[in-house]
Amino acid sequence: MDPVLKVTDLSKSFSRAGKKDFFAVDHVSFALMSGEILGIVGESGSGKSTIAKLITRLIDATGGKIEIEGQDITGLKGREMIPVYGKVQMVFQTPKGSFDPRRTLGDGICESLRNQGVPKAEREAKARALLEQCGLPGEFLERYPHQVSGGQCQRAAIARALMCDPKILILDEATSSLDVTVQKQIMELLQELQQKKELAYLFICHNLALVQQFCDRVIVLWDGKIVEQGLPDDVILRPKSEYAKRLVEAVF
Amino acid sequence: MNRPVTVRVQKVKKNRIRTRLFFFLFLAVILVLVSFFADQIVPYDPYAQDLGLSRQPPSPAHFMGTDQYGRDVFSRVVVGAKASVFSTLVLVCVTSVFGTVTGTLCGYFGREIDSVVMRISDVCLAFPGLVFALAIAALLGGGMSNAVIALAVISWPKYARVARGQTLALKNSDFVAAAKLAGDNSAQMILRHILPNILGPILVTAMLDIGTMMMELAGLSFLGLGAQPPVAEWGNMMSGGRSMLQTYPWLVLSPGVAIFLTVVTFNLLGDTVRDYMDPKNSGS
Ligand SMILES: Nc1ncnc2c1ncn2[C@@H]1O[C@H](COP(=O)(O)OP(=O)(O)OP(=O)(O)O)[C@@H](O)[C@H]1O
Ligand SMILES: [Mg+2]
Repeated sequence: MDPVLKVTDLSKSFSRAGKKDFFAVDHVSFALMSGEILGIVGESGSGKSTIAKLITRLIDATGGKIEIEGQDITGLKGREMIPVYGKVQMVFQTPKGSFDPRRTLGDGICESLRNQGVPKAEREAKARALLEQCGLPGEFLERYPHQVSGGQCQRAAIARALMCDPKILILDEATSSLDVTVQKQIMELLQELQQKKELAYLFICHNLALVQQFCDRVIVLWDGKIVEQGLPDDVILRPKSEYAKRLVEAVF
Repeated sequence: MNRPVTVRVQKVKKNRIRTRLFFFLFLAVILVLVSFFADQIVPYDPYAQDLGLSRQPPSPAHFMGTDQYGRDVFSRVVVGAKASVFSTLVLVCVTSVFGTVTGTLCGYFGREIDSVVMRISDVCLAFPGLVFALAIAALLGGGMSNAVIALAVISWPKYARVARGQTLALKNSDFVAAAKLAGDNSAQMILRHILPNILGPILVTAMLDIGTMMMELAGLSFLGLGAQPPVAEWGNMMSGGRSMLQTYPWLVLSPGVAIFLTVVTFNLLGDTVRDYMDPKNSGS
């Protein structure tokens, strides 16, 4: 089976005044198969969000290659990325910050379909349905970001990411701000959607238990490098690398 | 105010701000209307001289007295609003729109245009306003329109800077990234997400600038670089009457009070607009 997302030798360095360049992501390679849930774990600052931003081309890579369904998107500019965003969507780490403070959640959720020219009534009906699936009543479409809680905002963000029926969904700590019950609800929703629509998830997470429960495969990131990858049970219960051992010990 | 406030408290606060906004907006609109219809509402011809009536103290007929040529001071103050308020509004509108557009584009697209435009704005900012106005007056001659041009040249960079800084900050925000993922092109991004979010600070800057610009224009006219006599303008009316401040104080006080009230009105309007635009106060 061909991977929907393939990342080869992806690197991102930031220049620091007077010091050697700092590699936030250092020659990372992995593939995401259609319908797969791939977990990325790692401590704070290990480069998880940077990988997500590189794949969505919100920042430019220093080196390496990103392919989506066989198309090389590493060098695409501005407008050329618009069709790609129909396939890849992302849920941001900060739910509130990812909605325009001057626009309603509904505006934000419907924006992708609006740009595709879908009529207003149709896209609002879809937004309402998705929002309800994510556990929020439809009236939240009229709310502003500052009028909802972090968890509610997170659910709206998930609904927004699902609006344009993407193939790949990047979830950057998408469930971190939710309580355990809602977390479970959302994870079940994501699993259900995944089975229905053959979605592939890049599931960035701190919670090893969640990773063990839901992911098909997991990558352990440390200092921008992949230090271990494999089945969640293997990585979490029988870690090989020193860092993965420490990470597991710190949690359990 | 990180404490959660109830919707009711928010609503009461918002209503109070709205009442204040309407009050100052009402005053500002009156001022603007006076400046538009000055010629229709004056009781006397502001330029008709009558030396027999020279330097009359305030009386029921001449509510602010008359000046040394016997012209009705009240009529001149009203007509002066045309020069002061109207010129200031034109000046602030043009500079704020121009500055905002250039600043936003610079901040959003960056690269070469950004460096070039920002260096130009540095040059414009480096001129002391008065010196620059002197140079323009020397070059193009005195007069209200040249004073406006001089002030426009030195005041647009302020807006460009505010707009550019805000745009740069917004460009790194997650909601702009999310809009990019929703397939927004540059125009949609700027019109839907950038401009509405920077409009608040720009509007407040502009509102507070109205007062400053009015003072500067009056100052230039006072020095003889703006409106030229016999044109009635608050600055040059004060200049004309200043030697008689002790003996005929109404000549200076009338236009002075007019400037004061107008500047205070627009400054308070600016403050209120700032409160009103604050998303934290715009609940439900
Ligand atoms: N624009 C930038 N300039 C310089 N350094 C950066 C920049 N963005 C990120 N970094 C650095 O890159 C590293 C990785 O950051 P990243 O946001 O990817 O971490 P993360 O794994 O998502 O952490 P967290 O779990 O806290 O979200 C950090 O050390 C961070 O300081
Ligand atoms: Mg992160």
